[in-house]
Amino acid sequence: MIAVRTPQAIAADFPILRKPTSRGKRLIYLDSAATSQKPQAVIDTLVTYYSEYNANIHRGVYEIAERATEAFEAARVTVARFINADYREVIWTRNATEAINLVGYSWGLQNVKAGDVILTSQLEHHSNLVPWQLLAEKTGATLRFIPADDRGVLQLDNLDRLLDGAKLLAISHVSNTLGTITPLDRVVPAARAAGATILVDGAQGIPHLPVDVKELDVDFYAFSGHKMLGPTGIGVLYGKRALLEAMPPFLAGGDMIRKVEYEHTTFNDLPWKFEAGTSNIADAIGLATAVDYLTEIGMDWVRAHERELLGYALERLAPLESRGLALYGPKDPALASGVLSFNFADVHAHDLASILDTEGICVRAGHHCTMPLMEKMGWPATARASFYIYNSNADIDALAEGIEKAARVFKL
Amino acid sequence: MDDFYRDFILDHYRNPRNFGKLEAPSASAEDLNPLCGDTIRMDFDVHNGVVRDVRFSGKGCAISQASASMLTETIKGMRLEEVAKLSKDVVLENVGIGISPTRMKCATLGLRVAKSAAIGEIAGWPDEE
Repeated sequence: MIAVRTPQAIAADFPILRKPTSRGKRLIYLDSAATSQKPQAVIDTLVTYYSEYNANIHRGVYEIAERATEAFEAARVTVARFINADYREVIWTRNATEAINLVGYSWGLQNVKAGDVILTSQLEHHSNLVPWQLLAEKTGATLRFIPADDRGVLQLDNLDRLLDGAKLLAISHVSNTLGTITPLDRVVPAARAAGATILVDGAQGIPHLPVDVKELDVDFYAFSGHKMLGPTGIGVLYGKRALLEAMPPFLAGGDMIRKVEYEHTTFNDLPWKFEAGTSNIADAIGLATAVDYLTEIGMDWVRAHERELLGYALERLAPLESRGLALYGPKDPALASGVLSFNFADVHAHDLASILDTEGICVRAGHHCTMPLMEKMGWPATARASFYIYNSNADIDALAEGIEKAARVFKL
Repeated sequence: MDDFYRDFILDHYRNPRNFGKLEAPSASAEDLNPLCGDTIRMDFDVHNGVVRDVRFSGKGCAISQASASMLTETIKGMRLEEVAKLSKDVVLENVGIGISPTRMKCATLGLRVAKSAAIGEIAGWPDEE
């Protein structure tokens, strides 16, 4: 264990952050809400797997197949411990989106009926909205939305009324566009009392906040590996065991079966019942390395660090507000994760992002896959800076200077 | 990329030419770049196969809006068949160098809309026997 962590020391573990851009600038990566960078340890895990023990799992009796199976299942245990779950409750998926769709098709089609209510919020990413639109269309259920105010803070005054008749509450842990942290300690007990099943889209939650699924008391928690230092193509659905046991399989094929006859199949036990076909072995093992890395740093440190960064960003960028910088979101580090959306004068977010790019600064511009929220707020697009463990105040200084450069380029 | 935002581009962005809508257009088309949400609409007033007047409207970045603005100046007075055959070279000639590959989609949005307005109008013409 390393006693004192600094973002500079952490950044040194990420090879991509040491490579200058084509313009010879330092890479200032402020788009971790889209995907995080990967530490050398994760990259090494992938290289070792493919160069030393690549083999299919659960079948081979030879040495490298056994080693692959062992590492793959150990990865599941690592992830389960990280969220305080049982390994049988950790289902590998491609990403959070697939995990949410799994619940929609398997649990949803079995449990949601005409007239039921699916409650979600106005802040949701398309991934936690479109699957429920499809489920509502198929079942005759109704979608309802917890409103957000113009800072993107959820308005919970009428929560009990909104939950009336709700079969499912599907809500994000953290908004990908505004960083708003959903007060699950308030929302979950209310949903429980109303008898709703609770799914949390944790794509932006688990990379940045400590997550204990038992303490949160959620039924499903979906997340992606690539936003938490892991590889792309691997994600997780956590589900309470009793619920997963009762659910029908989602995809059918190899590995998810126990016995197949021509007319009938007996399905495998949890968690494999939901893992049809050869799994993403390398990336699951890579995700476990990412989880080990985060565990060593400590999720409390991660949260505290991002809180500080957001606080510094709000302070550092405030003087630009008089020159046309509009900062969106709660603007309160206690209420938000390390995400900051903004616009600058009449500079379109895409132009702003292009100009920042010339300084090596990576930010996202657009609707961030939250088109209904953008429409509601009246923003055609925003630029978004999002922070992670390797970012420091120097990156935020660079962002502020980059915005000044945009002012010069646009003759403002 | 920062070289791209020259004075004439910013001028077209902030003071777009032929901006607005025609009351009774003979041809129009609209499209969006789903990646960024930029939208452009083009209205043509066509007389004897010639674009006599053109208006564009929409929302988006300096690249898409300035390109569309300049394109309206290019196509005014052109025959519809010529508009339908325009390539992205016309956009490059208008805006000059310095567009990154990802931003080319912004730059050519107006062109795509103008061409579909022209092609749609031509398709509606009676066959010449």
